[in-house]
Amino acid sequence: MSDLTHPVTSPAARPGRIRRWFTRPATAPSPAPSPAPAKRVQFDAPLLPWIFLAPQLVVIFVFFYWPSVQAVTSSFYIEDPFGFGATFVGIDNYRDALGSREYQRIAGFTALFTVLVTAFSLGLGLLFAVKADKVIRGRSAYRTALIAVYAIAPPVAGLMGMMLFDQHIGPFVTLAGWFGYEMKVGINYWDTASAMILISVWKQVPYNFIFFLSGLQGIPASVREAAVIDCRGGFTRFRTAILPLLAPTAFFLLIINITYALFDTFAVIDVMVKDKPANNPLTLVYKVYNDGFRGNDIGGSAAQSVILMVIVLVLTLIQFRWLERRVHYG
Amino acid sequence: MKKTLTATLALALSSTAALANPVQISWWHGMGGANEQVINQVAEKFNAAQSACAITPVSKGTYEEALASGIAAFRSGEQPNILQVFDAGAATIINAKGATISAEDLLIQNGHTFDRAAFIDGIRHFYADAEGKFIGMPFNSSAPIMYLNTEAFEKAGVEAPKTWAEFEAVAPKLKEAGYIPMTGSQLTWQLFENFYSRNNVQMASNNNGYDGFDGTELRATAPEMIAFWTRLAAWHKEGLFGFYGAGWADNQKPFEEGKVAMWIGSSGSFGGLSKTATMPFSATFMPYDETVADGNKSTFIGGAALFAMAGKPDDQNKCSADFFSFLTSTEIQAFYHQATGYVPITKAAYEKSKADGWYEQNPVAEVGIQQLMAPQGEWSKGYRLGFYPQIRVIEEREFNKIFSGETSVEDAFKAIETEGNELLARFAKTSG
Repeated sequence: MSDLTHPVTSPAARPGRIRRWFTRPATAPSPAPSPAPAKRVQFDAPLLPWIFLAPQLVVIFVFFYWPSVQAVTSSFYIEDPFGFGATFVGIDNYRDALGSREYQRIAGFTALFTVLVTAFSLGLGLLFAVKADKVIRGRSAYRTALIAVYAIAPPVAGLMGMMLFDQHIGPFVTLAGWFGYEMKVGINYWDTASAMILISVWKQVPYNFIFFLSGLQGIPASVREAAVIDCRGGFTRFRTAILPLLAPTAFFLLIINITYALFDTFAVIDVMVKDKPANNPLTLVYKVYNDGFRGNDIGGSAAQSVILMVIVLVLTLIQFRWLERRVHYG
Repeated sequence: MKKTLTATLALALSSTAALANPVQISWWHGMGGANEQVINQVAEKFNAAQSACAITPVSKGTYEEALASGIAAFRSGEQPNILQVFDAGAATIINAKGATISAEDLLIQNGHTFDRAAFIDGIRHFYADAEGKFIGMPFNSSAPIMYLNTEAFEKAGVEAPKTWAEFEAVAPKLKEAGYIPMTGSQLTWQLFENFYSRNNVQMASNNNGYDGFDGTELRATAPEMIAFWTRLAAWHKEGLFGFYGAGWADNQKPFEEGKVAMWIGSSGSFGGLSKTATMPFSATFMPYDETVADGNKSTFIGGAALFAMAGKPDDQNKCSADFFSFLTSTEIQAFYHQATGYVPITKAAYEKSKADGWYEQNPVAEVGIQQLMAPQGEWSKGYRLGFYPQIRVIEEREFNKIFSGETSVEDAFKAIETEGNELLARFAKTSG
């Protein structure tokens, strides 16, 4: 059986660009091969590159670094919403958030939600891509049908979800009723959670589908043919030959999907809970919004957003340091 | 420079401005749909009635969004002249001394007369300080009232209940007649906050929060409250009370469809319900608890008030004062009340609506005012609790848990009290 997990091109020749930023030079005792001098663009005036970079740097500073610093500062204060008084409370905001049972419950749900949404939307996206890749007759019709959903904006998806699961008119509620189950989205915690996960997955599958499909089509026919000769089982062939070659796409999608589940599902959740968090399952980012914008608790909400920032930072580091090592950009 | 720009822009936008060059003031609010149209009409009436000032109303979405936008704007020095703030947000804005000019001071300083006694009793305290001075100007005020499906009561052959004991007597008959006896939209407002006011039970220490934020504690586990909710949970189990989640419309809809016999809504729901209800309906007071010693009192006002924001030039403040005065005039109050279903805030406007014969045509429109004019108890004036919008979120969560069987009534109210008190303690620190 051919082992395609080690492709012909040496990994050292084309290391992941992002990986280089995260790999400390100290861990590599032998001097890394310096990039070819021909690739380096020389500017006559040393200021010129900075001028080119300036717009991007200004955008990052104004919309990312500055607010981040503000969030970190506010998180140590309990502040009057109008900005008249602020009491320095040290790490109390963090202690209040992390110590609250409600916050822990929301964090737990967020983890579960992220895992399920990521797993299902990646899995289904891959399944559809593999199946659509094999279709020859009417392939563009299938593909368009699968991709079309991506054009729906998250709040609209949420609105559709809200109607599909409405207690009075929702077809899914009627459907569950045929099986003798009284579905109560908006009252029963897990009914609402299932509806949210379903809608969030449905919204994200087309995105994954597009990338997996183009990834599959990027696999050379020669490799596929070689794989057919080496192993007859379709599934084994997929697992040992196709999947490793799809790994860079899958890795990229994993990061995008985790970010989607953590942050971009906000609109879906906001619409589905109808502005009433009540006993509905929420994600951490919704809680930040709810406490900060609706509750006007700026300090507490800032502390939660810093916690969220740290979570994302840690997740990203883990992904790049451990997971990406197993991905080959062949 | 910026001011010139804004002024030029405002000038360009306003047609009357080109001629008389009036002082421009802005009004941010949280109303949508039909109610937003009425707000625009009120503003047009004001602009047409005088030439010195021109007001521009801007909808900022929901009540919560209007408050959040107002706060963000204030922090960057871009606040509107007038901001609408809803009942639960009252403590937030009243606590921020320096963010607003008290409505009473504003009117008097700008040469208008002001008489607290001209306002309907139930409205006078909610947006006022502990001494009774008006900080906000009550605007759209409502009361939780009970709407009745006339057909259901005829079919079951029963009378509308005045107390919860009477409800217990008639509900099974309504159920037998094929109806869900009762639903309610926004139980936090109706059967929690207004349980305290209607039955004259203390809601929080420090005089319901009016005497200061330090050490204010919510009395969610008051025995009267636990006893009532235990009954309510039992009614839900027996199918006498329907619960469809925390959303307003989800609980109103089955009533509109004629499946429910009694629905607790807002007096402000009247306008919309007249268009959507598929059956004839009437309304009555929200029942009171006969087991509580001193019940059957007026309820708190719901809805929202208008606040004059600080940090504006004198000529603009004068316009805000003129507008407040215009808004409380009998004619405008009667117009607003009849167009929206919100209660009139002055006694004179109520008398005018009576004289107009409005209640003979629409008896339901009078129920809210009558309930607010009922005798006031010691604890039916209002509450002043910080971070209250967040406390409502906790209440909604626990109420859902009660009806989905995830928690007991005692545990739910213990959780509301504990978590609510944590938020109140946090709020006390904000003013430090």
